[in-house]
Amino acid sequence: MTTPLLQVRGLKIGATVYPPGEKPHDIEIVHGVDFDVEAGKVLGLIGESGAGKSTIGLAAMAYGRGGVELTGGTVMVNGRDVLQSSVRDVRRLRGAEVTYVSQSAAASFNPAKRIMEQVIEAAVLQGKFSKSDAEQRARDLFAKLGLPDPDNIGSRYPHQVSGGQLQRCMTALALCPEPDLVVFDEPTTALDVTTQIDVLKAIKDAIRDTGVAALYITHDLAVVAQVSDHIMVLRQGEMVEYGTTDEIINAPKEEYTQALVSVRSIKHVEKEPVEPILSVQGITARYAGTNFDVLHDVTVDISAGQTLAVVGESGSGKSTLARVITGLLPPREGTITFGDRTLSPDQPSRSREDLRELQMIYQMADTAMNPRQTVGTIIGRPLEFYFGLKGAEKQKRIQELLDEIELGSGFQDRYPAELSGGQKQRVCIARALAAKPKLIICDEVTSALDPLVADGILKLLLQLQKIEDVAYLFITHDLATVRAIADSIAVMYQGRVQRYGTKSEVLTPPFDDYTDLLLSSVPEMKLGWLEDVIAHRKMESAGN
Amino acid sequence: MHPILKLVAERLGIGLLLLLAASALIFGLTEVLPGDAAQAVLGQGATEENLANLRAEMGLDRPAFTRYFEWLGGIFTGDMGIALTNKLPIGEQIARRMSATLFLAFWAAIISVPLAILLGLIAVRYQNRWPDKLISGITLASISLPEFMIAYILVFFFAVKLFWAPSFASVSPGMPLLDQLHAISLPVAVLTLVVLAHMMRMTRAAILNVMQSAYIETAELKGLNTFAVIRKHAFPNAIAPIVNVVMINLAYLVVGVVVVEVVFAYPGMGQYLVDAVVKRDVPVVLACGVIFAAVYIILNIVADVVSILANPRLRHPK
Repeated sequence: MTTPLLQVRGLKIGATVYPPGEKPHDIEIVHGVDFDVEAGKVLGLIGESGAGKSTIGLAAMAYGRGGVELTGGTVMVNGRDVLQSSVRDVRRLRGAEVTYVSQSAAASFNPAKRIMEQVIEAAVLQGKFSKSDAEQRARDLFAKLGLPDPDNIGSRYPHQVSGGQLQRCMTALALCPEPDLVVFDEPTTALDVTTQIDVLKAIKDAIRDTGVAALYITHDLAVVAQVSDHIMVLRQGEMVEYGTTDEIINAPKEEYTQALVSVRSIKHVEKEPVEPILSVQGITARYAGTNFDVLHDVTVDISAGQTLAVVGESGSGKSTLARVITGLLPPREGTITFGDRTLSPDQPSRSREDLRELQMIYQMADTAMNPRQTVGTIIGRPLEFYFGLKGAEKQKRIQELLDEIELGSGFQDRYPAELSGGQKQRVCIARALAAKPKLIICDEVTSALDPLVADGILKLLLQLQKIEDVAYLFITHDLATVRAIADSIAVMYQGRVQRYGTKSEVLTPPFDDYTDLLLSSVPEMKLGWLEDVIAHRKMESAGN
Repeated sequence: MHPILKLVAERLGIGLLLLLAASALIFGLTEVLPGDAAQAVLGQGATEENLANLRAEMGLDRPAFTRYFEWLGGIFTGDMGIALTNKLPIGEQIARRMSATLFLAFWAAIISVPLAILLGLIAVRYQNRWPDKLISGITLASISLPEFMIAYILVFFFAVKLFWAPSFASVSPGMPLLDQLHAISLPVAVLTLVVLAHMMRMTRAAILNVMQSAYIETAELKGLNTFAVIRKHAFPNAIAPIVNVVMINLAYLVVGVVVVEVVFAYPGMGQYLVDAVVKRDVPVVLACGVIFAAVYIILNIVADVVSILANPRLRHPK
């Protein structure tokens, strides 16, 4: 048997951490991982955040991000141990034998340089091609990856192309030097669901046509199932399970893998619509200084104590709708009725009662909390502000709220930096609940979280809805989330409500073309799903 | 109209307004100063009658408002007026003095700007290691010392002890360039030391900020060496803040040379201004003030425009 292209044995990776209030110390984040990638094969690395999958991927290029250090083991590329190589040899490997595609092409392209210059840079620098040959190869790759106007797109700047196009350009950048191995690090995670599917197909075809080997890193098992030959499941820096894609998807052995495969275990039976708590009537809105509307005649109702999911891609106007409802963006036309009263269009002129009954939870729990306040202070603030609670009474209520979000009393004195992503979002939920609202706007509250953690948050929200009888306006791009929690659904597309009704109405065919595209684009954990979907589409996604 | 042209035109308009405001402010300030040119010429012992006569002769008895607009009109037609004390046209004097100051500032800039940026790049390359600390230490020490102090230290070593350079920077029009450069070597060195730290620290900070970006990682993963990463990928994105601080320092080289010119008895704008202030020669003070303000404003407009041009989103709209 020939030696594999990439052979990793006993890889250990460490980092220095700086916890608040403690001395900096070294920890180990990857505890001895072994795997091989054969020439021309694709290995999927899957796991939650913190599993060490990106760190392992970058180790194939002898690169440690931030303060990360490769502390032990061997990483053999083409028979050479890159961890023992000199700095110069490592530079000759990077961009030539092994290349990298990052999660956010928008951030990974230099904004000051034209796309072509960046795509061919490594190939020319490493002496693989002359400048003109490299440019020709780049144009061929642009065409292969389905980019529009492949002969001229390279002369544009990164901000002049869309996110989906830029992600393809990044793939072209990685393939241009004819590498032996490409590390794909969550290449479609930042894209809209309908764009993701096209980029995924382009990447898959490019891998097949160029015969390159790949490490495909993602947290989304359904995505990795479409492109890889083998899958390695990682958790907390250790391998949980390794097998062919078919084995992992259809016959997972380990409990953790089974949980990943069967995630979204929530079954929520929709409720009959009742008297609306909030009615949005004919809202049209535009941002100051622009001359086009971002919302056109939007009309939806939210039943008291129920959940309306607003679903759509980025740019569809769903977050703008939240801004209008909260009064941050006064609409040009239309009214908002809350309970039995009409809400003032702009936030500063709303009564304290209006503010109290309409709360909000954000996508980034990190930035929604003051890092210098303890959890107790953060939750206590609305109690003081709306109810004038003080002292023991306030402490008691904080305790109740912490119990409701399933965090113990020890959390009261902790700072946000000491919490995990899921715990932070729970604190934000408690802060919203503290005001005893009638409606909470949840703006992509689970999209920054790992699937299993997100699942926990959704279960908590449903449970709290039962206890507190609070309604949710749930903004999301994730249809699996919608299925899990919604009572009614509004599908938004280019600032309009495309489809609106109870969950069963909206999710039952016949569909309009856009809803069909959106629903069919959600990756399914099934081999060959990608090809099936592409073959049966009725319209192109907007991101192309 | 191209959005960049519009932005540039806007900046120019604002600059002109600012200059107008600055001229009014300078004029107002000289008005409220105690004493005037007549007092300065005649001395403390002058009688009220003599003062009044001289004021009438110099035109100082008319209302400030009228004099301001007369003066402003003169400036727009290129007439800076006549110096009260020696009756020479101010425009000619300033042209000569300004060219001397610009000569000094030019050579100080030619040396200090590239040096500061290079030192900044080196400091980033060896961040928190000894070259970085050495560069930061020396430049901070030089900015912390008063200018005249640096000037006298340099004079002591290089003029008095070693005889390498003259302690008086006397430059005359007919001198060969090399001799002129030799004459101004010490003032140029002082100015360079004074402006170096600010520009170098800003270059370092701006590039370090950019070095956190994801596209720097992309460049590293292409196999570029560290200096190429900084030069090709970080520097182009750090131009805007660097240009701003460079322009402020260039303005300082023109406007802030007063002390250095006095120490080295250099016949530039700074000396001229100091002399005029001592003699209460208000028209000269006004003219110098407006020119200094114009230099500041123009250089800042240049900085703004370069920052705009450095932004690909503005240069190449969607």
